[in-house]
Amino acid sequence: MSTRTITLTVNDQTLTREVPVRKTLADFLREDLGLTGTHVGCELGQCGACTVLLNGDPVKSCLLFAVQAEGSQIVTVEGLAGKDALHPLQQAFHDHHALQCGFCTPGMLLAAVDLLSRNPAPKADEIRRHLSGNLCRCTGYVNIVKAIEAVGAGAAGTDTVSTGAVGAGNIQK
Amino acid sequence: MKSAPFEYLVPASLAEALETLAGHQDETKVLAGGQSLVPLLKLRLARPRYLLDINRVPELSYLELKDGRLHLGALTRHSALGREPSARGSCPLLAEAAARIGHTAIRNRGTVGGSLCHADPAAELPAAMIALGAELKIDGPGGTRLVPAAGFFQGFMTVDLQPDEILAGLSVPVAGPGTGWSYLEVSRRHGDFAIAGVAVWLSLDDKGLFRQVGIALAGVDDRPWKARACEDFLVGKEAKEEVIAAAREQLAGFDPTGDIHASREYRELMAGELFVQALRQAVERAANNL
Repeated sequence: MSTRTITLTVNDQTLTREVPVRKTLADFLREDLGLTGTHVGCELGQCGACTVLLNGDPVKSCLLFAVQAEGSQIVTVEGLAGKDALHPLQQAFHDHHALQCGFCTPGMLLAAVDLLSRNPAPKADEIRRHLSGNLCRCTGYVNIVKAIEAVGAGAAGTDTVSTGAVGAGNIQK
Repeated sequence: MKSAPFEYLVPASLAEALETLAGHQDETKVLAGGQSLVPLLKLRLARPRYLLDINRVPELSYLELKDGRLHLGALTRHSALGREPSARGSCPLLAEAAARIGHTAIRNRGTVGGSLCHADPAAELPAAMIALGAELKIDGPGGTRLVPAAGFFQGFMTVDLQPDEILAGLSVPVAGPGTGWSYLEVSRRHGDFAIAGVAVWLSLDDKGLFRQVGIALAGVDDRPWKARACEDFLVGKEAKEEVIAAAREQLAGFDPTGDIHASREYRELMAGELFVQALRQAVERAANNL
């Protein structure tokens, strides 16, 4: 089996691993690093559950081979919360009942982090458009939009929404 | 879900990419953004022996205004067409069309060159490139050749590109005084492929006559379809409602298929309606731009 050694930074932690070249970034994060917050839904780029930030931009980690992430900066949902507190978006999802089964939540959070980094106080229609690539099979969209709106409203004029990783998650050695 | 095994090749220059391709041409797929190819690999509809990842070829990543045209490397991501001020300002048709491609995460990876080479007949950028009269730059063992977008698309997902060639980039005209544009499509949801789409790029002269007109349709034939007869009909005529209505009468010759999403008749109807709406919008923008 063809493998390669890659070095990349995941949630602020730089690491080197040998990976089969056909392994997706999503499978690498889950199976090799134990970061199972990145969920694998459709595996074909349609559902958005596997969304991670690649050099700051949301991408579908099921449509990227891990070898392609060589030298890049990845942020997964494990990288959002601080040591003592949830990320403001995570807290807002909790407060607004924005998750039911929770499967789509990691992808929703990372897409929302990207949106708020570009537009700190988005309106509901902008939120819906930006998250249109993230499917919630519980159809709990209303509260997801409310949660993101609340963070946007709270952050207007302040600088409380961080877009980079503050925690590393529990990466397997 | 895993791709069939392949050898991963990651050239660091265009010369190295072409050399590698020349050595393994019939067994190699070129990987750019991967937003269409990777699903095909995972479904094992594509089983190449070699995967040539061109994402680290610096010569394929550029975006510059030069000699009155916007030059784009094949690796230009869809999101850059809307985000980069120089691209959005100089060629707003591309930004408008690119905004309809998939979703944010898809647009962050998907590339202009990949969309053109994949040549899905319902895709946005192939139609936009034909309307614009884009000039494609193709590199191969014999050097560089330039191909007009209208001649590049040869059939269902079939393009004028040899197995040892790479689409390196392209250039498009930039908006000037009197330029108007529009990209409109109907799809079941935002981000889906177009049931029908229309790209228009035109310019009016100071008397309000059509000086130059480019129109292409998506989703209504086996390839992006250039509305040549309508373009010829419009040039030199006054940009007004009756003329647009008359141009619609010239809109014929494309051959849509019916599928689960829309019947043939619905696609024809939508193509005609979008044609009128897109022309109207482009004329309005051109008039504001004079």
